[in-house]
Amino acid sequence: MPLAQRHMPPQDSAAAPPAAPRRAKKFAAAATRSAIPVEDGSLYVARTKVQPQLAHGTFRRIKWVLLVVALGVYYLVPFLRWHRGEGEPSQAVLLDLDKGRFYFFSIELWPQDVTYVMGLLILAALILFLMTAVAGRVWCGYLCPQTVWTDLFLVVERMIEGDRRERLKLDAAPWSMEKIALRTMKHAIWLLIAWWTGGAWVLYFADAPTLVVRLATFQAPPVAYAAILTLTATTYLLAGHMREQVCTYMCPWPRIQAALTDEHAYAILYREERGEPRISAKKTDGLRAAGQPAGDCVDCFACVTVCPAGIDIRDGLQMDSIQCGLCIDACDTTMGKLGRPTGLISYDTEANRRSRAAGHGPVSRIVRPRTILYAALVAGVGGFMLYSLLTRTFTGVSVLHDRNPQFVTLSDGSVRNGYTLRIANKRPAARAFALDVEGVGGARVEVVGGTPDALPVPADSTEEFRILVFAPPGLEAPAIPLTFRIVDAASGEDATAHDHFKAR
Amino acid sequence: MAELSPTGQPPAAPQTTGHEWDGICEYNNPLPRWWLYGLYATIVWSMGYWVLYPAWPMATGYTAGLLGYSQRATVLGEVEAVRKERDARGRAQLASATVAEIRADPALLRLALATGKAAFGDNCAACHGSAATGRIGYPNLQDDDWLWGGTPEEIERTIRYGARSGHGEAHLGDMPAFGRDGILQPAEVEAAATYVLSLSGKPGVAGASAEKGAEVFANTCAACHGPEAKGNPELGAPNLTDAIWLYGSAPEQVVATVTNGRKGVMPAWEGRLDPATIKSLAVYVHGFGGGR
Repeated sequence: MPLAQRHMPPQDSAAAPPAAPRRAKKFAAAATRSAIPVEDGSLYVARTKVQPQLAHGTFRRIKWVLLVVALGVYYLVPFLRWHRGEGEPSQAVLLDLDKGRFYFFSIELWPQDVTYVMGLLILAALILFLMTAVAGRVWCGYLCPQTVWTDLFLVVERMIEGDRRERLKLDAAPWSMEKIALRTMKHAIWLLIAWWTGGAWVLYFADAPTLVVRLATFQAPPVAYAAILTLTATTYLLAGHMREQVCTYMCPWPRIQAALTDEHAYAILYREERGEPRISAKKTDGLRAAGQPAGDCVDCFACVTVCPAGIDIRDGLQMDSIQCGLCIDACDTTMGKLGRPTGLISYDTEANRRSRAAGHGPVSRIVRPRTILYAALVAGVGGFMLYSLLTRTFTGVSVLHDRNPQFVTLSDGSVRNGYTLRIANKRPAARAFALDVEGVGGARVEVVGGTPDALPVPADSTEEFRILVFAPPGLEAPAIPLTFRIVDAASGEDATAHDHFKAR
Repeated sequence: MAELSPTGQPPAAPQTTGHEWDGICEYNNPLPRWWLYGLYATIVWSMGYWVLYPAWPMATGYTAGLLGYSQRATVLGEVEAVRKERDARGRAQLASATVAEIRADPALLRLALATGKAAFGDNCAACHGSAATGRIGYPNLQDDDWLWGGTPEEIERTIRYGARSGHGEAHLGDMPAFGRDGILQPAEVEAAATYVLSLSGKPGVAGASAEKGAEVFANTCAACHGPEAKGNPELGAPNLTDAIWLYGSAPEQVVATVTNGRKGVMPAWEGRLDPATIKSLAVYVHGFGGGR
């Protein structure tokens, strides 16, 4: 139980194995947060700055690709164009708050389509659950904006101040013109990126090219500048300064995901049965020849120095680990140099590890009730949403009976009921609808300010009409069901709404 | 489960808070220090808030704060701003346009209907009812029967000057007290009532003769109500052949009307409501559906 091991009571000194080399111990204290000596009784602790080393390998490459794709999507999508017709926005992805429309390529959502947003959120949550059940914190390690932007800020830091060793040296160096210059440059570029991040955000809410010009000429609405400033501040703080503390202290997801994994979920684990006891590469062969235990881990601390969370993966699965895979790359690099098999640190499952320890073969159960259920739910919710998106109508009607008075008796004894009819035209062209009211024999229909044959509704909007229904004298029933049916004469699209006719 | 850590080293002794109850200790997993400073910052912030904003309840009020902020004042300011903007935009146009022009302009019509609705609730609903359906003695404005004419212009005139309101331009025309003043004998009153009720197929006073009533009607009532009893909006004389009965259609109600006469008063609203509001009311009332 690795998590528990961090809080083990002290061992009986007789049972403890010989202590690791002194040098490594000192190094560990400096490099890993778990070994920070806590001032006795203090409930608060200052942060130890993590200065991760650049890793090289498969997972670093995967992360570079995801970083470029994710940031590329975020920064550039507002500039994608999509032709929708005259008077309609030509931005592919646009959330028009004033008009209450969300445009996504060929899809246009109205406020009443908010169920799709709800469905998307449900879908996103289920996919997150599925990812976690299969391979743990995939989201945290590869896709989370906090991880991606921190990585981007690290790139800048590395370009200006150098890699881990140089940065540590710079941190320790006294203030000099060079240090000031480097720091100023770093923070300036960070702020520039943060500002661009905020700037890209507001472009999703208005026509991007126009807004860019207006932002540059100080003609954009104040709320745009406020949003940019806020996002500049959060990006700069979270990706530049807070970094792994966001994941450890602020984010609820690491706590929730513990309930979504199990012993069959893949996680980045250290194979201690292969790695222990750690020993210098030079001594390994000698010890092994003498029949003494010698593990593959040479205690080079490469896995610790590359870790953006500043932890030692060899302590086992821990909450602070964002499971980004960089320790795998680091360890594989070392193993490669030594000519030993890679995979000392690798994606593994708790079940597999136990099976190995018991001398059984590897077990892998990606397909299990939990993942089947999540996959089925993802498919179900996704399929339902797709179906409803493809079959949704572009014409809508709703009707509201006058509340007061419910009916009016006219001079010739006939009865009048009033209704408010609202027609929604979701097509990008103006249309006229014919209204047909069925249910009361001999009834006459009037539209205030129009005719029932052609109710005009402008493109991509709703229009309200006041409808009067006159029934001849002598109705027996107090309330008769009425059906309001509108038909677009040109396309034949129709919609119906139901209400009652009150006679007394 | 006293197993070794995967590193092969004895785990460090865990930090505890130092409290112990029956051998149970509480681990100390320290919070980050910036979190603590964040708490202090909010405390400092709150002190500034006390000074600047309303904060402390006192015996008879509260500490108003240096900024003098109040939500109520903010709301009143916003309402005033909206009113000014609205006045500048639409109400000036409403005041200068004719009723017909208002009805022809969709934006102006929408404003007039909203203004009319609010003004109706404030000024008219007391007599005509919140739904404008009236009651005995107070006309139903929803139906298509109009004492003084049902075109938008006629309705506007009625609202502006009223009926029997004392205004120089007001509608005039009384229903005399035929019975009380001895113009008609009680039997003639009953006969006339029976006749007019028979015009719309309603039962009259028991024992009274509709034929005799027709004679009385032609001699006495037709002057105002017309020979066919269709009424005359010039004089406010109602149509007696339709289904609408302002003072009730029971025989005794009609007899009471003929005996005592009727002179319902509609006040003149000129001077009490501005022209824009009166026009809006006319448009609104006409738009109930019974307007001509």
